[in-house]
Amino acid sequence: MTRAAIVTRLVKPLLSLTAVLPGVGIVFALATGRVDGDQVEFIQHGTGLTVLVSLFLTLSITPLRHLSGWNEAIRVRRQLGLTAFWYALLHFLTYVVFDQSLSVRDIAEDVGKHPWVLVGFASFLMLVPLAVTSTSGWIRRLGGRRWRRLHSLVYPAALGGVLHFLWLVKKDVRTPAYFAAVLAILLAVRLWISRTPRRARARASASRQDPAAGALGPAGEEVA
Amino acid sequence: MLIRHPPAIPTSEITEENAYATRREFLKAAGFALAGGLLPLPSPGLRRALVPDDDKLTPWEDVTGYNNFYEFGTDKEDPARNATRFRSRPWKVEVTGEIARPAMYDVDDLLKGLSAEERVYRHRCVEAWSMVVPWTGIPLGRLIDRLEPTSRARFVEFTTLLDPRQMPGQQRGILDWPYTEALRLDEARHPLTLLVTGLYGKPLPNQNGAPLRLIVPWKYGFKGGKSIVRIRFLERQPRTTWNIAAPDEYGFYANVNPDVDHPRWSQSRERRVGEFFKRKTLPFNGYADEVAGLYAGMDLRKNF
Repeated sequence: MTRAAIVTRLVKPLLSLTAVLPGVGIVFALATGRVDGDQVEFIQHGTGLTVLVSLFLTLSITPLRHLSGWNEAIRVRRQLGLTAFWYALLHFLTYVVFDQSLSVRDIAEDVGKHPWVLVGFASFLMLVPLAVTSTSGWIRRLGGRRWRRLHSLVYPAALGGVLHFLWLVKKDVRTPAYFAAVLAILLAVRLWISRTPRRARARASASRQDPAAGALGPAGEEVA
Repeated sequence: MLIRHPPAIPTSEITEENAYATRREFLKAAGFALAGGLLPLPSPGLRRALVPDDDKLTPWEDVTGYNNFYEFGTDKEDPARNATRFRSRPWKVEVTGEIARPAMYDVDDLLKGLSAEERVYRHRCVEAWSMVVPWTGIPLGRLIDRLEPTSRARFVEFTTLLDPRQMPGQQRGILDWPYTEALRLDEARHPLTLLVTGLYGKPLPNQNGAPLRLIVPWKYGFKGGKSIVRIRFLERQPRTTWNIAAPDEYGFYANVNPDVDHPRWSQSRERRVGEFFKRKTLPFNGYADEVAGLYAGMDLRKNF
C-alpha cells in the first residue's frame, strides 16, 4: 500500500471513529448519571474543548507537512476541520436552546452585552462558510486563491475560540492559557515557515498545480 | 417556552410553626448525636415538613459533588475529590474583635445549647447556577447575641482555615488566602442567616465547608465562608476575598439581583442544577419580602 492509500483506507476511517468519541463520551456520561451538577455546562465544556482540539489539529497539518515532508497529512485536514465545525454547532445549539430558550431577543442582548459571548458567537459564524465551502465543488467554483483567502478565517476563529475560553473563566486561567500557548506555537511555526524564503518558494511552486494543497486547502486527493 | 416561576417562600414556610414548636422533642431525639460528640441533627420527618412545594431538593450527589471551594481546587469536582481526608475535628474557632470576651473556642463548645434547625434554602451561585439545599444550622443571630458585640461592632468577618497541606488549592495563589467574607451586623443578625453544621440531616461534608460554614440565602454563594476558624466583629467594613480579586465583578453586598449583571455574564436567569432550561432569577433569590428592608434607600446598582 502506498502512503496515500494508508491514509485513505486506514487513517481516515480511524479518524472518523475518533471524531465521534467525545460525543459518545458526553452522551454516555449523561445517560449513566455520571455527571454531578450542571449537565448543560458539561455538554458545553465537552463540545467546546473538542472544537478547540480539532481546530488545533487542523492547524497543525500544514506545519506538520512542512516540517516532516509528510504531504499525505493534507488528506485528513478537511475531516479535522469539519469535526471542529460539528462540535461547534452542537456547542452553539446548546447555548441557543438551553441557555436562551430560542429567544432571539435574549440572544441579541446577551451577545451585545457580553464580549466573551460575542467572541464565541463570531467564531462560530466564521466556521459556517468554511464548512459550507469545504467540498471539492466549492474549491473549483471559488478557485484556489479565493478559496484560500476565505479559509484564512480559520485563524480569527481559532483565536476567538481561545479568547472565548479565557474570558469565561472566573479566576483560574491555567487551562485556557495552555490552549493559548499551543495556538501561539502553531501560529509561530507557520510564521517561521512562511519567512523561510527558499522553502516557501519551492512549496509555492509545488502547490501551484494543486490549489487545494496550498497553505489552507482541504484534503487534496479529490481535487488532485 | 414554559418557565415556571416559583412563588417567593413566606417566612412561615421556612421554618414551619409546628416544627418550631416541637423543636425540643426533635432535639431530644437528636440527643444521641450530641452524646456522640456531633452537632444536633434533625429527624427526617422534620425535613419533609419544611420542603417548599415548588422547589424540588437538589440531590445529595449534586450538592456534595459539584461546588466551588477553591481551597480544594478550582474545578467543581475538586472539593469532593480533594477533601476526603480533611480533618474537621478537633476544630477551634477564634471569636474576636468588638465583643465582650474575645476567646478561642472548640467548635462544639461555641455552639453548645444553641438548637440546630433544618432550613431548605435556594442557593444561587454567582456563576448563574442554583440548587435547593436542606441545610442544618443555627441562626447566626443567636450566636451573636450570646457573644455580646460592643456598641462599636457594625460588621462581622468570617475567616476560612489556612492550611495548604490539607487544602491543596491554597498551594497556589489563585486567591488571597485565607478566604475571608463579611456581613453587615444587621445582615448577620437576620433570621435567615444560618451558621451551617449539616446537610441532608447529616454532618456537613468536608467539601461543603465542614465543620462550620455560613449560608446567606439571599446573597450569591461566595458570601458564605466555609470551614470557619475565626469570627471577628469590626467597626469598619473589611475587604473580602473575591472583592479583592476582582472589585468590579464581586461586590461586598453580592445580593442576588437579576437586574445587575456580572460584567462578563448575565444574572437575569439561572440554571437549577438537574434542569436543562434556565429559569428566571428572583430578586434577593426569592427572599425579597424578608430582606429587602435591610437595603432601603440604597442604590443596589452601586452597592452590588
